[in-house]
Amino acid sequence: MATTTEAKVAEKEPLFGKQERALMTDPLLDNNPITIQVLGVCSALAVTSLVYPSLVMAIAVVFVCAFSSLVTSLLRNTIPKAVRLIVQLVIIATLVTLVNETLKAVNYPVYKQLSVYIGLIITNCIVMGRLEAFAMANKPWRSFLDGIGNGLGYGLILVVVGFIRELFGKGSLFAGSPIAIKIIGPSPEYLIDTATAGQWGSFVFGWYANNNLMVMSVAAMFIIAVLIWIQRSRNPKLVDIS
Amino acid sequence: MGDFINIFIKSAFIENMVLAYFLGMCSFLAVSKSLSTAFGLGLAVIFVLGITMPINWLINEYLLVGFDVEFLRFIVFIAVIASTVQLVEMVVEKFSPGLYAALGIFLPLITVNCAILGGSLFMVTREYDLVDSIAFGLGGGFGWFLAIIAIAAIRERIRYSNVPPALRGLGMAFLLTGLMGLAFLSLSGIDPAVFGGWNPAK
Repeated sequence: MATTTEAKVAEKEPLFGKQERALMTDPLLDNNPITIQVLGVCSALAVTSLVYPSLVMAIAVVFVCAFSSLVTSLLRNTIPKAVRLIVQLVIIATLVTLVNETLKAVNYPVYKQLSVYIGLIITNCIVMGRLEAFAMANKPWRSFLDGIGNGLGYGLILVVVGFIRELFGKGSLFAGSPIAIKIIGPSPEYLIDTATAGQWGSFVFGWYANNNLMVMSVAAMFIIAVLIWIQRSRNPKLVDIS
Repeated sequence: MGDFINIFIKSAFIENMVLAYFLGMCSFLAVSKSLSTAFGLGLAVIFVLGITMPINWLINEYLLVGFDVEFLRFIVFIAVIASTVQLVEMVVEKFSPGLYAALGIFLPLITVNCAILGGSLFMVTREYDLVDSIAFGLGGGFGWFLAIIAIAAIRERIRYSNVPPALRGLGMAFLLTGLMGLAFLSLSGIDPAVFGGWNPAK
């Protein structure tokens, strides 16, 4: 008897059907955790001045988000309602400690750069928010996908903001990583050299200077505001009515 | 005493938690729609930061470092914050119903406010001592309070202006926070030497 009901459930919920795919793709745009749900803005905007740390941060958040959703969902029927926040916090904190120690061992310079912000994934509202809103009421596999989706949606914004800020603020991309490219700047190391006299670079790009506003933390706020503006003008359903 | 005032001024104005480090951004954006609730949340943040920082300092110094188990820092800090908030809530409810009515609903929210955990983590990375960490807690909390009441007041006014539909609400809040951040940059011109010596290392 038990096996037949299980088979039915399996039929109803394919491993990677339309709904499951929607769980992962929705948070990327139309239900993005940062621009629409306003979750998790806290811990990460300060790390977006370069692409590489933003990428590492994004991967860390996807990992923590996915596995905390999975664990919480597995335990959801045994967690008492009254202490569920503490239990969730302990699960998240354990995973974040794992990420922190791994990063410290594998890539120390980036660990230094991210400093306290890795630890702050614990209080990142996306993780808690998804546990409360989804994982506490859904099956493990779907919660896992939801965690990945929301982590990716968050990571997408981080990397886009990091890309814009680094390109216009420093004239380089992926600085600090093995695939660092220097694009525009006043020395021969850059692809477009604005300093060398007599070359076409200095003739066409001699006026170029890095935008120092992009290096400051406030730039992240402006870029996200513009992203929200673009997204909501394209899809008027998302406009905030309140 | 000079150090205390230095760190207080620096953390409140020059390195404001919200505007320079984006700490506590979620509640900052979510609860800044009206001035009175923003005021309550701001007070609660000062209160909790001022209490948890010295407690976490003592635990970090004498338990975590003492027994060489620093990898447990995240779990211990968040547990201390969660239980302190719970404890403070019960004590305030028992002894000061007036304060409880003002702060009550905001206290549980504060457990997951990044500013609280972030403050404690910054305290560790910057190697503050006990007095410094109290100053940092109070100063950081005061800076957070200032920022949230300022943006709440602006958002109350901006409701009557003609904002492009796609920017209404969240988009405008982001822009305003950015502009406030720029405005706060001018405070970095404050010369703390007036308050008894400036130590850039701190």
